[in-house]
Amino acid sequence: MTTAQKTIEDLANREYKYGFFTDVEADTVAPGLDEDVIRLISAKKEEPEWLLEWRLKAYRAWLGMTEPTWHNVHYPPIDYQAISYYSAPKKKPVLNSLDEVDPEVRSTFAKLGIPLEEQKLLAGVAVDAVFDSVSVATTFRVKLASLGIIFCSFSEAVREHPDLVREYLGSVVPYSDNFFAALNAAVFSDGSFAYIPKGVRCPMELSTYFRINAMNTGQFERTLIVAAEGASVSYLEGCTAPMRDENQLHAAVVELVAMDDATIKYSTIQNWYPGDKDGKGGIYNFVTKRGKCQGRNSKITWTQVETGSAITWKYPSCLLIGDNSVGEFYSVATTNGRQQADTGTKMIHIGRNTKSTIVSKGISAGHGQNTYRGLVRVGKKAQGARNYSQCDSLLIGDKCGAHTFPYLDIKNTSAKVEHEASTSKIGEDQIFYCRQRGLSTEDAVNLIVSGFCKEVFRELPMEFAVEAQKLLSVSLEGSVG
Amino acid sequence: MLEITDLKVQAAGNEILHGLNLSVKAGEVHAIMGPNGSGKSTLARALSGHPEYQVTAGAVRYLGEDLLAMAPEDRARAGVFMAFQYPVEIAGVNNSYFLKAALNALRKHRGEPELDAMEFMTLVREKAKLLELDASMLNRPVNEGFSGGEKKRNEIFHMAVLEPKLAILDETDSGLDIDALKIVAHGVNALRSPDRAIIVVTHYQRLLNYIVPDFVHVLSDGRIVKSGGKELALELEDKGYGWLEGEPTGAKA
Ligand SMILES: Nc1ncnc2c1ncn2[C@@H]1O[C@H](COP(=O)(O)OP(=O)(O)OP(=O)(O)O)[C@@H](O)[C@H]1O
Ligand SMILES: [Mg+2]
Repeated sequence: MTTAQKTIEDLANREYKYGFFTDVEADTVAPGLDEDVIRLISAKKEEPEWLLEWRLKAYRAWLGMTEPTWHNVHYPPIDYQAISYYSAPKKKPVLNSLDEVDPEVRSTFAKLGIPLEEQKLLAGVAVDAVFDSVSVATTFRVKLASLGIIFCSFSEAVREHPDLVREYLGSVVPYSDNFFAALNAAVFSDGSFAYIPKGVRCPMELSTYFRINAMNTGQFERTLIVAAEGASVSYLEGCTAPMRDENQLHAAVVELVAMDDATIKYSTIQNWYPGDKDGKGGIYNFVTKRGKCQGRNSKITWTQVETGSAITWKYPSCLLIGDNSVGEFYSVATTNGRQQADTGTKMIHIGRNTKSTIVSKGISAGHGQNTYRGLVRVGKKAQGARNYSQCDSLLIGDKCGAHTFPYLDIKNTSAKVEHEASTSKIGEDQIFYCRQRGLSTEDAVNLIVSGFCKEVFRELPMEFAVEAQKLLSVSLEGSVG
Repeated sequence: MLEITDLKVQAAGNEILHGLNLSVKAGEVHAIMGPNGSGKSTLARALSGHPEYQVTAGAVRYLGEDLLAMAPEDRARAGVFMAFQYPVEIAGVNNSYFLKAALNALRKHRGEPELDAMEFMTLVREKAKLLELDASMLNRPVNEGFSGGEKKRNEIFHMAVLEPKLAILDETDSGLDIDALKIVAHGVNALRSPDRAIIVVTHYQRLLNYIVPDFVHVLSDGRIVKSGGKELALELEDKGYGWLEGEPTGAKA
């Protein structure tokens, strides 16, 4: 799929390569937020009354909340009345046939390298693509349906499987969870839904691509994945946005539920537009992701490669409720230019013999500021809980920063918690050693960085590991001069 | 092949080499000896282009080209190899993966096709055998957790794979046990050829029993103070460096 030449080509391309804008007629709601806007969104989506009620409750909760300030990122105040909360391509997408998707939208996804057309699909990847606020196509549905797997846009799930949605929506991230989650609950426009029935191992990677296209819109998608008893699924999301001088808000919510013996692997390659080198523009990525290991022996793995966004604020977490359940978090976050990231995880041990692993790799270059923030909490009844955390920071240059805030809250004396941390600088000596063997400085940095990230990359599905490595090298270009 | 004239090098503002002359022809093996801190590694690093070492005067011609004008990677691609006195660790990067990237960078420079995984593994196995290198060292991260002797052997392994034209070995013998020393020397000798030159920096005559040099030079306080044949090394072993202090400078090979 990717040749060495392609990598070199990408390397030569110093611009954010997904920064194009697609000219499609869009149905966009005027900026501003009040109950009427929420009713309008809900009406446009022909939603049932209970969902509208849920949105309104979230909105009212949100009104009483204040934006968090405890994080280690800095940005001018966001004017929530200047954002448009709904934008959809005007030609109504027809979900049954890919050919009917707006050709402009399709060509956008083609530029992004997303295999929308089934004949061109990489073997074994089913894709749901979210363009601005609306899910435009879901591939491979028939094959999945034959196994009883539901994989569709969130709106469609609300229409076709309202009982499932109603049962699980907000069951992991309640609408009142935090400022951004409440905002999302009030205005979310679409997203993806997956349900893997009892005993079924999903035979292919499920994948969603998110794309913010329209100007002054926020993207507020929701993803809900439920793996029933003994089911397993691997899910990947990727994201890009056009280059714009204004900041754009992305406040998503992801909820995962794993029943007895179920496994969910959720991988993210986040490459939202990071802003230019002076920090103008870029996406504010304020995301709430949480998984609930509800059942015994269930397992949830979060793997993330965060190379984009002006600001990243996210803490994919696990609630380890079922006995023997396992939570894992593998993360690579890079900040270059003026990017800021405050990211990490929360592992909440509730059941007995629950285990969690945290491997966080922060890379800072340019003026980038990278913060790891993690909480390991072991409840009173979590007899035999185990946690292993490893937080490594790599600095490239001397204008960037790395910060680590590990929090521990241990209420059971039988718990075993281990934490290791390291900070290193890419040494002149390492780069010189590589150059002495014939590698360019850029290749040397890529090699050293990929070595640093290895433990995370090997958690990604194969094709995406290649993709992640490429993205990383593009995002760190020019960081050593 | 290599012509160094009146080379002055400084690091951190201090001049370390004060006008060094040395001429090396293809096919020759030169040994450089000298007390600690005399500038041997500085010479090796300056020749390979380490950014901390500034050349303030003099010239170095390599195969008719101005070596000092070339970036370190271009020197490497043109066939200059330095075995480090202190090889560097690169966490998480597989040793053979690293070597493959390096070899293909050299091949690309020479306009040769890149080796595919099969061809590369065949080559690597052959060279690993030459240096009796344990197979596990191929798949471990570059130098990470290697013992001192393993690191040195790995440097010569890199050299055997990359087949340079000019190899500078900086104290490759330090830290090697007797058996390893013989193996490494055997590996170096296997590379001796009429179109290659080798400079070995060493403190011990013992290495020179196995890699027999054509010339031996003594570097003292940033200058070559004496040059001779292989018997000079024996003399040094006997008498130390004291008797050379105050010898005339600018000895030519
Ligand atoms: N990067 C540097 N910055 C400052 N001083 C340096 C640097 N490199 C070398 N020196 C100094 O230059 C002198 C020569 O060092 P060099 O490493 O070349 O000696 P050497 O002959 O290789 O010694 P040894 O036999 O101990 O390996 C020493 O005094 C050393 O401290
Ligand atoms: Mg030395």
